[in-house]
Amino acid sequence: MIIDHPLLGPRDSSEFTYLGDASLIDRPDPAGEDASSDFYDYAYLRDNPAGWHKELWFHEAGDRSWLVVTRNTVTHEISKVELASDVARAQGRSK
Amino acid sequence: MSQKNRIEGGQINRDKVLNFTFDGKRYSGNAGDTLASALLANGVRLMGRSFKYHRPRGPLTAGSEEPNALVQLRSGALQEPNTRATTAELFDGLSATSQNRLGTLSFDLLAVNDRLSNFLTAGFYYKTFMWPKAFWEKLYEPVIRRAAGLGSLSLKDDPDVYDKGFLHCDLLVVGAGPAGLMAALTAARSGADVILADEDFAMGGRLNSETLTIGNEAGADWAAATVAELASLPNVRLMPRTTVIGAFDHGIYGAVERMNDHLAVPQSGKPRQILWRIYTKKAVLAAGAIERPIAFANNDRPGVMTASALRSYANRFGVAVDRRAVIFTNNDDGYRSAADLHAKGIRVTVVDPRADVSVLKDYEVLSGAQVIDTMGRLGLTFVKIRLADGEERTIECGALGVSGGWNPNVHLTCHQRGRPRWDDGLAAFVPADLPAGMRVAGAAAGDLSTAGALAGGARAAQEALELDGAMPPLPEAEDAPVNITPFWYVKGDGRAWLDQQNDVTVKDVRLSHQEGFRSVEHLKRYTTLGMATDQGKTANMGGLAVMAELAGKAIPEVGTTIFRPPYTPVAIGALAGRHRGTEFHPTRLTPSHVWAKEQGAVFVEVGNWMRAQYFPRSGEENWLDTVNREVLATRNSVGVCDVTTLGKVDVQGADAADFLNMIYCNGFAKLAVGKVRYGLMLREDGIALDDGTAARLAEDHFVVTTTTANALPVYRHMEFVRQCLVPDMDVQLISTTEAWAQYAVAGPNARRVLEQIVDQDISNDAFPFMACGNVTICGGLRARLFRISFSGELAYEIAVPTAYGDALMRRIMEAGAAFDITPYGTEALGVMRIEKGHATGNELNGTTTAANLGMGRMVSTKKDSIGAVLSRREGLNTETDLRAVGVKPVDSVQRVPAGAHLMALEGPVDATRDQGYLTSACYSPNLGHHIALGFLKDGANRLGETMRVVSPLTDEVVTVEICSPHFIDPEGERLRA
Amino acid sequence: MLDLKPTPAIGVPDQTIGTVTIAETDGVALASVAARKGQLVASEATLKSRLGAVPPVGGAVFGDAETGFWTGSDQWMITASFDSHENLADQWKDELGAAASVTEQSGGWVVFDVTGADMLAMCELLCSVAIRRMETGDVQRTMVHQMGCFVICCDAGLHIRIIGPRASALSLHHALIGAATAVA
Repeated sequence: MIIDHPLLGPRDSSEFTYLGDASLIDRPDPAGEDASSDFYDYAYLRDNPAGWHKELWFHEAGDRSWLVVTRNTVTHEISKVELASDVARAQGRSK
Repeated sequence: MSQKNRIEGGQINRDKVLNFTFDGKRYSGNAGDTLASALLANGVRLMGRSFKYHRPRGPLTAGSEEPNALVQLRSGALQEPNTRATTAELFDGLSATSQNRLGTLSFDLLAVNDRLSNFLTAGFYYKTFMWPKAFWEKLYEPVIRRAAGLGSLSLKDDPDVYDKGFLHCDLLVVGAGPAGLMAALTAARSGADVILADEDFAMGGRLNSETLTIGNEAGADWAAATVAELASLPNVRLMPRTTVIGAFDHGIYGAVERMNDHLAVPQSGKPRQILWRIYTKKAVLAAGAIERPIAFANNDRPGVMTASALRSYANRFGVAVDRRAVIFTNNDDGYRSAADLHAKGIRVTVVDPRADVSVLKDYEVLSGAQVIDTMGRLGLTFVKIRLADGEERTIECGALGVSGGWNPNVHLTCHQRGRPRWDDGLAAFVPADLPAGMRVAGAAAGDLSTAGALAGGARAAQEALELDGAMPPLPEAEDAPVNITPFWYVKGDGRAWLDQQNDVTVKDVRLSHQEGFRSVEHLKRYTTLGMATDQGKTANMGGLAVMAELAGKAIPEVGTTIFRPPYTPVAIGALAGRHRGTEFHPTRLTPSHVWAKEQGAVFVEVGNWMRAQYFPRSGEENWLDTVNREVLATRNSVGVCDVTTLGKVDVQGADAADFLNMIYCNGFAKLAVGKVRYGLMLREDGIALDDGTAARLAEDHFVVTTTTANALPVYRHMEFVRQCLVPDMDVQLISTTEAWAQYAVAGPNARRVLEQIVDQDISNDAFPFMACGNVTICGGLRARLFRISFSGELAYEIAVPTAYGDALMRRIMEAGAAFDITPYGTEALGVMRIEKGHATGNELNGTTTAANLGMGRMVSTKKDSIGAVLSRREGLNTETDLRAVGVKPVDSVQRVPAGAHLMALEGPVDATRDQGYLTSACYSPNLGHHIALGFLKDGANRLGETMRVVSPLTDEVVTVEICSPHFIDPEGERLRA
Repeated sequence: MLDLKPTPAIGVPDQTIGTVTIAETDGVALASVAARKGQLVASEATLKSRLGAVPPVGGAVFGDAETGFWTGSDQWMITASFDSHENLADQWKDELGAAASVTEQSGGWVVFDVTGADMLAMCELLCSVAIRRMETGDVQRTMVHQMGCFVICCDAGLHIRIIGPRASALSLHHALIGAATAVA
């Protein structure tokens, strides 16, 4: 596969390490009321769709950036690639 | 020996005679021959024995789709089984042997299988060898393996070199026939980067095998001229002898280029084959079409071929398989074969099952007739024909060309699960769903005429590259329509082969249908139709057609099996490339490697690192003697060990301390500058991930160490936290594992050694336990010093830029000479850490929590950190949780096996009574007996208890006493000395 | 007076195979520079003043005494002669102050310079970089036989510099020699 890196352009997927569901960015609030069950869901429940999926890939043999790749798990079509740090900020993970 | 079947014409070089042997017999051929064409020129039709029945077989085709003519090429370690004689390029000195025979090729003792054919029908493995069970291993399997099979391996190391490579292009053209050449030419003239790959050694595709003209040139001459023009262009890469084996995601294609296979002696250091990964923007598949046979009784004798193969051998190679030939065809292309053979002076009779064909030809045409049988023990001698009026006629001949129509070569169009579409006019499947970026042109697209191929190729390139303007002018060429009446097999009682490679007959398909195997994928597995080296390229359509007829369905309703890469077989060596043996992965050497080698160290692979395992001295009987000496010398005086392999991550930034607070379960915010702290990282599920130390070199600068094995995963994890969880923290990470050579100097005399090296005061007051800092050594070299200890002794780790690592190790040895400083390896390191009760990967094994490790109180409740929340959940905090303990044998001469389980002293031993397990064990030279670390339920409260450790694997049962995991200096006085 | 001597990663002499010459270039000092949060402008100002320009994404700037290339978001690697710039990291840290994190990298890497007409064909057997499309100053981090390396195009078509992990220097050199032999 080819991942179109937002900074570096098309790069072979063999340069990347796969982590999985990009919902891992949404780490719950440890001080929250339901922190225990929220963390349980966060750690153990993952979507595994046959179709479009937002995934985390690490450009290990490249610029060491974490990316959020929107990929169709059936066709391997990739519709969007973003820097995970941008996604995290957009989701309110700024300090 | 004379080439008795060599005739005029063709593209072989008659001035260049090549000598070769087949089954030890000497023959000659010419440059431009394949092994098959050269053997046929010499009158040799018999080239192999069939898979199951050991029937005599000759080539069915003149290409890579060949099911029969598989031979072993070369000998000794270079021997390669299952080489297709039809594609093996002849070279001087080639030696080939036939395979799958017992005795000689013409007298194969296993031909008795042919008489047992009623017994060896579809599914015979499944039905026959079920019982008794013991017979399978002892009798059936060896016999079957001997009898059924293809070539054999040399069982020697492959001396050839294989490479992998990477290419990039705007347009990849697969196949260099008329469509591919035209596509490449159109693209190349536009300035695009073009790769043209063809599996043959001569580009031109079918044009080399035809008498057709293009413009006013012979087709082969036009092809040669076009190839020459392409070769002159800098933006074109021509890749003959290159098979595109797969179409992968996002325009990536795999290809195998045969660099050396056509040379007698492979060039030293040169790859035999290169497996290319080709990154394309667009691709044109111009892979042509494959002629398919018709099944009839005994249609597998040497001399029976596809009609186009007879034509290829005559036109391209100047070979008449026999001077008398019969063509059996259901379509007009068969007449092209007949006409070409006739023109070469071969006497031809055409047998056409269609009743309405014109018989007005220069040669005999029997319309409405069918071939119903053949004769000839080791090769075709007679063909039996049933004429339109029902009469039978026998023709004496040595060559029978069969044409059941042409199958567009859709293989690569289906590699991403695309399914082909049935075309009634061609009576064949044509490409439908294409991989993104691929276009198909020429015969592969179902355009079977030369004019159609040229136009299709040009158009495909124009569309692919979005070129403006009109179609380029195309030379005039043949544009005959396809005229075919589907005809798959001749009805009758005899065995009619559909798949010659796997010995699958029409009867077998019928039987499997009767037995309920009605899905095409089941048919394939049950009968083996379409398996093995040719993957049914000439067989599958016939099988599908018979199956469709039996099911009363149309062929497209039955569907095809899925085409998967590779298109043709690929040597495992090509897939491995250079990554085999000691080059399986790169080797990482420590800064002291050269020095350690000089000391005679024994090395051990740790990940990719080569680490000194121990340093044997003469007089030591075994490794244990050596390790015991290294341990005692270190504990009694001083030892030195290369610990460079530990992962090191440089953590800087205003929020560096906050960041460490996040990734470690224990606190780091208050760690003073110039101090080191042990840290434990958890996974988010509360399980321990890794441990190490973090040294605070400045307010905003830490150096974090990881275990050797986890250096990369921990760095990845830290970047995940930084980028995905705390994107606006001011923290920068960079891995510096290899930038610093780091040595542990341990033992009561460690300070006395380092005092001679470090320029600053390192007395206990100035540099106490867990101190760290930038220092200079040896008169000014920048270095880092850490007062940390894995061994439990007074110890330091000293780090210098790696380029100085070798020099520093030698200097430490000099400085330590007065104290008999002893280099120690990973074994002694392991013994000392077990004696001290320090955890490593054996204990941080992916199932253990901080509490299990006896570090439960380290998990801070005052701050957030990865894994903190889930480490507190109920399931990980019960009264019977495992706790780290030490174990020692009650009878001190007994060994304690690592991996063994802890059981009560009395009672049965089973999993329900499991009390815990041992993770690490060794002989302690300081204590004089074995010791072990492990986990025991509620272990912290069971010190002093006597238990059994049980190792069902090694049948050991040892009575042990549970004790503290800190066998040596539990108060830590030595550390602080 | 410092009395320890540095050793090269391998210490192998230059080797010419066919038209390709492979040279282990000893004595390269390296330091990485990463801009602190909100300090990109200040960091870039230093890069510009020392190198002449800020290395662009995927690119290098060859300054008079120092070369800088992009390694990641807001992150660069600086190289210079070890003899004149052994304390390269300190020099940059002194100038950047709290604007950037600087890390000494000199020991972490081995540097090979590959020159000659068949260099392109050789690189095609080493890594997936589109080497023929690389222009002078292009930089890519990639895998060479499973080793993470920087590939710097110093002179398009004629000269590339491969900076690889020092501990694997022998394996990397072996791979370069093998590829050069294959295309010679």
